[in-house]
Amino acid sequence: MWQAGSKESNDCLITLKKSDKTKIKIDSIVGHLFHNQILNAVKDTLKSDNINNVEVLVEDKGALDYTIRARLKVAIKRMMKDV
Amino acid sequence: MFRSLLFVPGNNPSMLQNADIFMSDAIIFDLEDSVNLDEKDNARNLVETYLLTTKELPKAVVLRINPVNSDLVDDDLKLLQTRKIDYLLLPKANKISLFVLDKILKKIENKIELKPTKVICLIEETKSVIDIYELAKHERVEALMLGAEDLTSELEINRTTEGKELLYSRSRIIYAAISNKLIPIDTPFTDIDNQDGLIQDCKNALNLGMKAKTAIHPSQLETINEIFSPSQKAIKWAEAVLKKAKELNKGAFQFEGKMIDRPVLEKAKKIIEKAKLFELM
Amino acid sequence: MLNGVKRKIPNNLPRFVSSDDFLNKKRKLVSKKKKQLKTVFFNSYEEVFDKFNIKDKTTLSFHHHLRNGDRVIQEVCKVIKNNKLNDLHFAPSSIFPSYTNMTELIKKGNITNIHTNYLNGEVAKVISEGKLKGKLIMNTHGGRARAIESGDLAIDVAFIACPTVDRSGNGSGAIGKNACGTLGYCVPDLEYAKKVVLITDNLVDKLDDYQLNGEYVDGVLVVDSIGEAKGIVSGTTEVTKDPIGLKIARDCSVLLSDLGLLKNNFSMQTGAGKTSLAVVNYIKEIMIKQDIKGGFASGGITKSYVEMLEANLFEKLYDVQCFDLEAVRSFKENINHIAMSASKYGNPFEKDIIAEKLDFVILGATEIDLDFNVNVTTDSSGYLIGGSGGHADIAKGAKVTIIISPLIKSRIPIIKEKVTTITTPGEDIDILITERGIAINPKRKDLIKKLKSSKIKVFDIKELLDKTHDITGVPANIKTDDKIIGYVEYRDGTYIDVLRKVHDDYIK
Repeated sequence: MWQAGSKESNDCLITLKKSDKTKIKIDSIVGHLFHNQILNAVKDTLKSDNINNVEVLVEDKGALDYTIRARLKVAIKRMMKDV
Repeated sequence: MFRSLLFVPGNNPSMLQNADIFMSDAIIFDLEDSVNLDEKDNARNLVETYLLTTKELPKAVVLRINPVNSDLVDDDLKLLQTRKIDYLLLPKANKISLFVLDKILKKIENKIELKPTKVICLIEETKSVIDIYELAKHERVEALMLGAEDLTSELEINRTTEGKELLYSRSRIIYAAISNKLIPIDTPFTDIDNQDGLIQDCKNALNLGMKAKTAIHPSQLETINEIFSPSQKAIKWAEAVLKKAKELNKGAFQFEGKMIDRPVLEKAKKIIEKAKLFELM
Repeated sequence: MLNGVKRKIPNNLPRFVSSDDFLNKKRKLVSKKKKQLKTVFFNSYEEVFDKFNIKDKTTLSFHHHLRNGDRVIQEVCKVIKNNKLNDLHFAPSSIFPSYTNMTELIKKGNITNIHTNYLNGEVAKVISEGKLKGKLIMNTHGGRARAIESGDLAIDVAFIACPTVDRSGNGSGAIGKNACGTLGYCVPDLEYAKKVVLITDNLVDKLDDYQLNGEYVDGVLVVDSIGEAKGIVSGTTEVTKDPIGLKIARDCSVLLSDLGLLKNNFSMQTGAGKTSLAVVNYIKEIMIKQDIKGGFASGGITKSYVEMLEANLFEKLYDVQCFDLEAVRSFKENINHIAMSASKYGNPFEKDIIAEKLDFVILGATEIDLDFNVNVTTDSSGYLIGGSGGHADIAKGAKVTIIISPLIKSRIPIIKEKVTTITTPGEDIDILITERGIAINPKRKDLIKKLKSSKIKVFDIKELLDKTHDITGVPANIKTDDKIIGYVEYRDGTYIDVLRKVHDDYIK
């Protein structure tokens, strides 16, 4: 399991786990307004880093898109370092 | 030109997303002391994506990198590729670290075709206070900033609001900076809730010749900007003097009972230049 | 049919036209209750229920001056439960998180209809989720007074928690172990309810100075405790340290100055939030520096206003509720700290109300839209989180109404194309101050002109919205449920908006 970010306000905590296929779970305080944007940011980042077969959990406290992308990138880097 | 530079911890999304609204002439995005070692990658990536995607950035973007002798600095400097960084703030600046940084930068700038990035030297060691004139002569350097916390810790002395203990280091920085047309920037005042102390500290620095001050909380900016701006009275005086000079078309004349000559005219011009830049007119 | 702010209101209901429309109407008054010759003393809440014949479908009213410290409403709820009464109509002036006993009664149908001016906590949550069988009517403080005096809101029994009562039934909030200061919100209940009972934990022989006239009181119940004084503290006594809040507060004070609103004899009102407090402090600085003496401040009064009164910066305070214990102390000691009733505060039909004498007010918003309509009633998913209180009353009354708010709260933009719920119509909102700029209602050409020479940069509200979306992204439209759970009643008695159940997808 690899993590990046935090649960402070305007931040998000990303948790990555290995998985047989890609799963994305979003738990956001602003999910009713921004679920799709968050999902797209996650999908986009996974795609650009060429990552498949991970389970992504986004625990979001109102982070902007670039914060979500940055946190996910770091989680991926941390994962790559270990693999 | 600056009056105020606000430190923003690189790993704090709340501060980052509002960095452009604070009345700071520059924002220093910090990757060094305010970021824990295990969060350096988080801070770096956050600042990077922020710089790349944000429409309204602060007036000037400064990046405080980690020391050049650490294994963090190479990754820190990758942020230059964003092409959004106006200045680098070099911690523990001394002859060696500045030399090393300059070499690395030249390589990067060649590789990515970036124009030379200016450096602000953070003077926080006794030996760099002594070597200050050599640092100031370096072509990369744009400003000299005092970092009194590390300095007083090395000296094993306490900081006071009166600031007598900083008289020597402040003065050396000011003389080295002004004589090389650099900006001398004062150390932050760390007691956030003490506005009276901040006022006194700013005035001490200003009266010695400091031209700007760093802030560690947005609530310090109003005071810093006010004290380091030319006063309305000074602006009016400068306008009147310059107007008179134009009318008379003379290098020396009397104005309000006082002799006006070249150095005084230069001073008036500087006041007007600042007033325009900081939107005080 | 659409009303004056383009909201669809069911056909048989009175539709909001405009905030001035009450001028075309005649004041409707039922006669005040008959004065009592003798005050009866009760021994228990049960006895009150018995003697006043409280049964199914009775309308009971309460005030919220003890806020989270109130015990009376909790005790009344217990009796309703024990007596197995159904379909009661509750009309508390506000509902606080501590009113937990109401929740079960709502779920089980003991309470089926509610009138209130403000609500949050568990009660707000269950009503938002559609658990109230009848309807929730959200009034304004002034509008509630109007509803009561006109008979639109007919109260059977008013339970009035009263910190001190004398043997003739006169009541005062200024003294007693649970002193809460002025009792402005229950004055209409006192004068118009069919039966009035004062509940106190401090009975004295004779009060020389009282706000509640015993002639209207039918009974007095003496109990061990009506509540806890420390629970009455509302708002905050600490100035915000949040840099965004401070920036907004500073810009607000500069704007007030540039508009020339800070001059001798001026009058003002603010909320009790941390940012409002910062505004008050900046105003205070300006007043001292420029030697300005204000006429009055009004509202829920806080410590910072008390300090200004005592420093002779204001001549008078008009107080409908004391927000903290310093305000309670001042109310007791200072003759210039003056009580006002809800009617005198904001009833559109009352003469010379305080709301209409205000030069400017500074208010908050949960949402504001491109027409400047303001929502302080529901959050972005439709949950009830507050209500007008005096918002719509003073926004209408004051010469300049200013909204202060961060543009973005946890990624949620405060400016919407259309607000989720309209609490206060945009025609009464003049200025919006955010950390990224100021917008002025285009109909206030006078204010726009005055700021031409100022350093303050004014944006079109649409520009501010676009700036916000650049940062946050464009939020999705929220889903709403068809079920109407209640209405937002404007101060003149018309309906300005409907309240709908929260969509099942958002239920927490």
